[in-house]
Amino acid sequence: MADFPSYTSTGQKAWHYGFRVICGAIFFFLVAPIVVIIPLSFNATMFFTFTPEMLRLDPAGYSLRHYRDFLESPEWQRALRNSIQIAPVATLLAVTFGTLAAIGLSQRHVPFKRAIMAVMISPMIVPLIISATGMFFFYSKIGLQGTYWGIVLAHAVLGVPFVIITVTATLVGFDNSLTRASASLGAGPVRTFFKVQMPLILPGVISGGLFAFITSFDEVVIVMFVGSAQQQTLPWRMFTGLREQISPTILAVATILVVLSILLLTVLELLRRRSERIRGVTPA
Amino acid sequence: MADQTVPLHTVPHPGRSATEERAAPDGPMLAADGRPLKASLARALRRQKLSAFLLTAPLLAFLLVAFVIPIGDMLLRSVDNRIVPETLPRTTQMLGHWDARAGDLPPEPVFEALYVDLQEAADARMHTRLGSRLNYDLPGISSVFRGAPRALQAMDPDQPLREQFIDANRAWGEMQTWQTIRALSGHYTAGYFLSAADMRPAADGGVELVPERQRIYAQLFLRTLVLSLTITALTLILGYPIAYLIASQPLRTANLLLILVLLPFWTSLLVRTSSWKVLLQQQGVVNDLLVWIGIVSDANRLVMMNNWIGTVVAMTHILLPFMILPLFSVMKTIPPTYVRAAKSLGANDWTAFWRVYFPQSIPGIGAGAVLVFILAIGYYITPALVGGTDGIFISNRIAFHISTSLNWGLAAALGAILLVAVLVIFWVYDRMVGIDNVKLG
Repeated sequence: MADFPSYTSTGQKAWHYGFRVICGAIFFFLVAPIVVIIPLSFNATMFFTFTPEMLRLDPAGYSLRHYRDFLESPEWQRALRNSIQIAPVATLLAVTFGTLAAIGLSQRHVPFKRAIMAVMISPMIVPLIISATGMFFFYSKIGLQGTYWGIVLAHAVLGVPFVIITVTATLVGFDNSLTRASASLGAGPVRTFFKVQMPLILPGVISGGLFAFITSFDEVVIVMFVGSAQQQTLPWRMFTGLREQISPTILAVATILVVLSILLLTVLELLRRRSERIRGVTPA
Repeated sequence: MADQTVPLHTVPHPGRSATEERAAPDGPMLAADGRPLKASLARALRRQKLSAFLLTAPLLAFLLVAFVIPIGDMLLRSVDNRIVPETLPRTTQMLGHWDARAGDLPPEPVFEALYVDLQEAADARMHTRLGSRLNYDLPGISSVFRGAPRALQAMDPDQPLREQFIDANRAWGEMQTWQTIRALSGHYTAGYFLSAADMRPAADGGVELVPERQRIYAQLFLRTLVLSLTITALTLILGYPIAYLIASQPLRTANLLLILVLLPFWTSLLVRTSSWKVLLQQQGVVNDLLVWIGIVSDANRLVMMNNWIGTVVAMTHILLPFMILPLFSVMKTIPPTYVRAAKSLGANDWTAFWRVYFPQSIPGIGAGAVLVFILAIGYYITPALVGGTDGIFISNRIAFHISTSLNWGLAAALGAILLVAVLVIFWVYDRMVGIDNVKLG
């Protein structure tokens, strides 16, 4: 029970609880569709709904058969392997280029800063289908279409805006006298970067990297255009699965991905706290 | 200044020379290395600009090659028409002298040119591609070109060719064929953009709307716009209370609630789309629940999938975090004292909210709404999976033309229109919020 001041009217109390009920319903709308996937993926039948056995919590209603399907199907396994091979390399590229550029952009005198920033954020804004078709035509011309590196480059492009945004945000609070202090003590620019600047902006770099990773790991449109059938990734496989014959194996894969995103989210939250502690920003 | 205590003056350093000032007895102020201070400062500034530029250069070059040029290249395709003048160089040149309005077929030399051009096109295996290009403007013509090599073999180049062509295929004797080829003689064409606007060249040289039942693009653009606006409005209605609640909670609770918002944000788009596909099916969880409660009878299960309702519901869910996060980041900066002050001056709860709190949250509404709208208008995956036929967006049509109908020029024209729309909104967003103020979580 909330403590209301003595002058609170009944209407105000009703609104206080009413508002919370409304918000609870919206939170339910936000989270329930994701959570409901998890029990459904343990369904023993080929149906997509709760069977009477499941509702009675009868163990016979549950099974791991969809997970077994996922692990035993060569197509799903290849898709998983492709995803794992593409995303980290794309992330590495995006983070390297993006961090350097963000450091450059955060300096005081940058010519054409606004224009450069706009170009670097644009991959996030341009509709994916347009990027995908553009890359499809151009990469075909230069022989990158249907290759591993074509997909990696395309995914790195998509990850760049996230790295730029997160690293720039960490650099806002960066105290430049630290680099000057390091230089005055005799460290060269490279050493200053790795020993002084990098540890301080690391949380931003890592969270940008996580965003870039999940973007690549979750991307369908571009990979369908730039990739060939051998490069089918996990989301692509899910997309075709959902389009053609929807099989409950998708639910098992979805559950695995939900768990993965929970893990990433936890890492990100820990990083955010660490970053606030290091930079002495009291959480407001 | 602390500089005086550092005995390292002999090493010239750009950062330091600018700050060390020494007054020469006469003349300009000098820096530590004896240069005029002004020149030294200018040099330091130049170096700083150069280093900033060098740091951004690798990424800029990378984006240019991997992103900007591909998109520019695609946009050029929307007006590119080189295939016609390059495959039929002589014919198109000869047709330049032909007066279509006189109502006569082109003279014999044009057919002679056509004979040579088609011969070369057949050798280069370009005739079918040319045929499919012309087919966009004149449906049915592609078969004429597909059969051309065989027809050419039967012809005798020493006899008048006009009659032989018309004997081989009646299409060569029709004015429309020649008018179309003549209209497409240039290296560039506005034809794809006309098609994208449901228009076509008219016989009198102007443009006209295509017949009523072929007009699909205006309707599709309108639907994309209306559905995106609906989704934006829904996310605002659902997101505002949530952002308000989180912003008004103490830190610990707020962080916890924020995680509930971030979880869907971080969950794979495909996962969220598939869960809606599962939930909204006729035999799905939502319908089961409604039947169990008794709102809907088992025989009349609701159709919420493969139509626009599916698209709106799923996309509202998917884009909701993009509305909540900007709203929240603005709302947490609104000092609660203002609302308290308003109440102490006699405003009731509603007035205090509407006249004091709400106006201060408008920047957040603008940022969230523009972000959601930009993302919604270009959506492809979700409409493709749950949208059926009346819930698809312009993106789906572009994908259709790229991979199924192979009318790449039209796809590029539709893409160009969509891109311009998005860039205009992006520009407004930049003016309103500033792109360097985008926050993620």
